[in-house]
Amino acid sequence: MSFTKAQLVASAMIETGFTRRKSAEVVESLLAILKGALESGEDVLISGFGKFCVNQKQERRGRNPATGDQMMLRPRKVVTFKCAGKLKALLNK
Amino acid sequence: MNKSDLMAALKDNSDIGRQEAEKVVNLFFQTIEDALRDGERVEIRGFGSFTVNHYKSYTGRNPKTGEQIRVPSKKLPFFKVGKELKEKVDY
Repeated sequence: MSFTKAQLVASAMIETGFTRRKSAEVVESLLAILKGALESGEDVLISGFGKFCVNQKQERRGRNPATGDQMMLRPRKVVTFKCAGKLKALLNK
Repeated sequence: MNKSDLMAALKDNSDIGRQEAEKVVNLFFQTIEDALRDGERVEIRGFGSFTVNHYKSYTGRNPKTGEQIRVPSKKLPFFKVGKELKEKVDY
């Protein structure tokens, strides 16, 4: 079982004493802010955790792996995550 | 945007105090860290999922000196962007 939003909401509820509804609202709002920043092309840096970067990818020639057809992949933006040294250290402890 | 910008924005957006916003933001990332440390996968619909990838040790080279070094096995977090966020960012 993976850890999900519901569990995040629950732990926020315990920590802050908010009602479940309020907790859910706040967590949703937090996610909306994160998404909004990335959507506008802004990087999000969380020290000790990592950095969410928006990278611009150039147009390139790709292949459909199923059919082998060549196609052009248009220029696009992608989100990448670079983990902080602290988080890496924690995982390798 | 950094963590304190995030706290400030959360405070303004959801009608809670500064301290509460700080708590929620810290808790959010802390909880993800804890889950990853326990080797658990974290999935947040619409945003993305975090998993821990194991990398085997390999013999690498210092590109500057050409010296051979053994890179130890390691674990790294991997973030897979969720569908909604992916589409939002690349309109």
